[in-house]
Amino acid sequence: MSTAATTETKTAAPAIEKIKVKIDGREIEVPRLTADWSGKLTPMTMIQACELAKTDVPHYCWHPKLPVVGNCRMCLVEFGTPALGPDRKPVINPDGTFKIAKSPRPAIACATPISPGMEIYTKTPAVKQMREGVLESLLINHPLDCPICDQAGECKLQEYSVDYGQSASRFVEAKVHKPKAVDLGPRIMLDAERCILCTRCIRFTRDIAKDDALGIINRGSYNTIATFPGMPFDNNYTLNTVDVCPVGALTSKDFRFQMRAWFLKETKSVCTSCATGCSVLFGSREEKIYRYTPRDNDAVNASWMCDAGRLNYKWIARADRLKDVLVRGQKSTWTAALNELSDKLKKAPVGSVAIIASARQTNEELWLISKLKAKLGAISDSIARVGDADKLLVSADKNSNTNGARLTGICFTEMGVNLQPITDGIESGKIKTLIVFGENIAKHGVNKEKLRDSETVGEVVTEHSLTPELLAKLETLVVSDIHANETTKLAHFVLPGATHAEKRGSFTNGKGRVQKFMKAVEAPGDARAEWEFLHDLVHNVTGQNGFVTIEGLFNQMAKEVPAFSGLTWQAIGDTGVTVQI
Amino acid sequence: MSFQATPELEAEVNELISHYPVKRAASLMVLHAIQEKFGWISSDAVQWTAKKLELQPINVFEILTFYPMLRQEPQGKYAIKVCRTLSCALGGAYELHHHFCEKLGLDAHKHGPQTTKDGKFTVEFVECLASCGTAPVMMVGEKFYEGVSHKKADEIVAGCK
Repeated sequence: MSTAATTETKTAAPAIEKIKVKIDGREIEVPRLTADWSGKLTPMTMIQACELAKTDVPHYCWHPKLPVVGNCRMCLVEFGTPALGPDRKPVINPDGTFKIAKSPRPAIACATPISPGMEIYTKTPAVKQMREGVLESLLINHPLDCPICDQAGECKLQEYSVDYGQSASRFVEAKVHKPKAVDLGPRIMLDAERCILCTRCIRFTRDIAKDDALGIINRGSYNTIATFPGMPFDNNYTLNTVDVCPVGALTSKDFRFQMRAWFLKETKSVCTSCATGCSVLFGSREEKIYRYTPRDNDAVNASWMCDAGRLNYKWIARADRLKDVLVRGQKSTWTAALNELSDKLKKAPVGSVAIIASARQTNEELWLISKLKAKLGAISDSIARVGDADKLLVSADKNSNTNGARLTGICFTEMGVNLQPITDGIESGKIKTLIVFGENIAKHGVNKEKLRDSETVGEVVTEHSLTPELLAKLETLVVSDIHANETTKLAHFVLPGATHAEKRGSFTNGKGRVQKFMKAVEAPGDARAEWEFLHDLVHNVTGQNGFVTIEGLFNQMAKEVPAFSGLTWQAIGDTGVTVQI
Repeated sequence: MSFQATPELEAEVNELISHYPVKRAASLMVLHAIQEKFGWISSDAVQWTAKKLELQPINVFEILTFYPMLRQEPQGKYAIKVCRTLSCALGGAYELHHHFCEKLGLDAHKHGPQTTKDGKFTVEFVECLASCGTAPVMMVGEKFYEGVSHKKADEIVAGCK
């Protein structure tokens, strides 16, 4: 069923002519055309060629994923092109090289296309002087806010000040003061004084988020980023403007004044709010997560993520996290609970066990559950979550690993078809044990009459027929979850699980991208990563062993699950691999 | 105060839009047309313009806030414009402006146009009115005054009924 996994998402583009340019004396061959911010093929610019040559060109307004405007002038470089003789042919030096006519004027690297034989000079005294001049102008009215500025530590003004700034300002006149703490929208606060008017935010919201809500109003020294009065900046992508802002002008109300950027430990992870699975970085300090920021991944989310996903992290540190292993309401230990449970499962007749796993669990965990399922001859399924999608990133499928659940055989293509058979099994008494992972089924279980009227509830979770009354009929209800809820209250065994921030693993997103995520913080109390105790349980029940690390577990899974064949934990890399789904 | 586009304005704007290859290019002319009819451009007028030009209100608002001669507030009955470009500045334009402000109970140090509470006068600085030889010069509405002394200024105000 599966073809070879690839790291490519698109078919190879037609061959593009390569040209040679020299950057600071080093010759490099680069494609003449390259994809611009919208993916259209356009002539490669100097700054893109310099990036390929690993030569830094400082810039503020240029962003690889946004249209080029060339307004900050920080990327000015000197350059030369092959001189043409009277015959309009390049003049050749005695040594066979092109004679270079150096341009008398500099050019902005972000908007000047390269040409064959071009030489770009980024390290000349003139270029240094130009950068110093541009930076000094940008700093004229910039406040000395760094000690209280959220951007400090990840600020382009600070970085380039180190490289091209002066220790003291020559500016003796009064600075222009602009409004501070301007409320642009429900999640964004603007400090107009810090703004360098690069217009990245305007371009982002106009061209990427397709909500042309921001603009520059007033003029001269007093111009400032603004919305139209009475129309707050409120789309689902506003917080990306905080990321693209090269200075501390746009700040996230959620993160504002919460933590200094340099204290944050950054952990590569994946957003779990929908099946898109945006690549993110967790910023955490002392076991507490302070923010999500998107991580570049052209196969999934480019450089962006939605606000809803970004702010959906507070549940991780909620007070009602499950911290103890409970057996029939009494506090227990992992060893005791798993041993008792293993004995019960080993004795369970084939067909007497049903499993409801969550499509928010990792590939590895779902695969381990599928091992249990095979051994116990269990019927299994998962609970679908549906919601609104948009054209940019948000998927209608709100489960982060629906495809993982399908590929490991936990559910069918149509998720939820087995819920009715499970209901019937419990009703008839055939199914005596139900194992539930991460799904509060009691909350969304409604009786049959009502189910016919409404397919889904206000929340995105699909309603089903497993009512609390039905669950009470079970001999054994095993529930692993993260928060205490209606279902854990009914459970005979409560196994406290870990969130994706507290463990390693991988998800398969809606397009079949397998991405791994790392551990940022410790799970509270006795809570353990599901794959760890599932490993113990699978070992006890089936006698299988051999996956004590997530690497080993993943690699073993890749050998046994056809869709993942050929993958290794290491080969997935930071941005994942696309598999056939 | 809500903005009501008259059929004449609607027709004029449609005509203006037809002069340009893209609708957005007509923005400035449409704002001029609105200001001519209403004396100022309200928030509702900006939204109406944006709709007409298939833009977002912020696009029109950018233009409105860029040009000081496009007004965001209603003007007084008599608009006093005092030139402050070099010749007039040397010829006493600031003193003249101060004199008007004091006489009409306005704050001479405040930025931008100011209107008296009764809505009769608006006083503001403008740039060169092109009569540098007879500084200081000023305008009231469309009427031009040269070599304005404080005494002459008082007469001008007294003449505004």
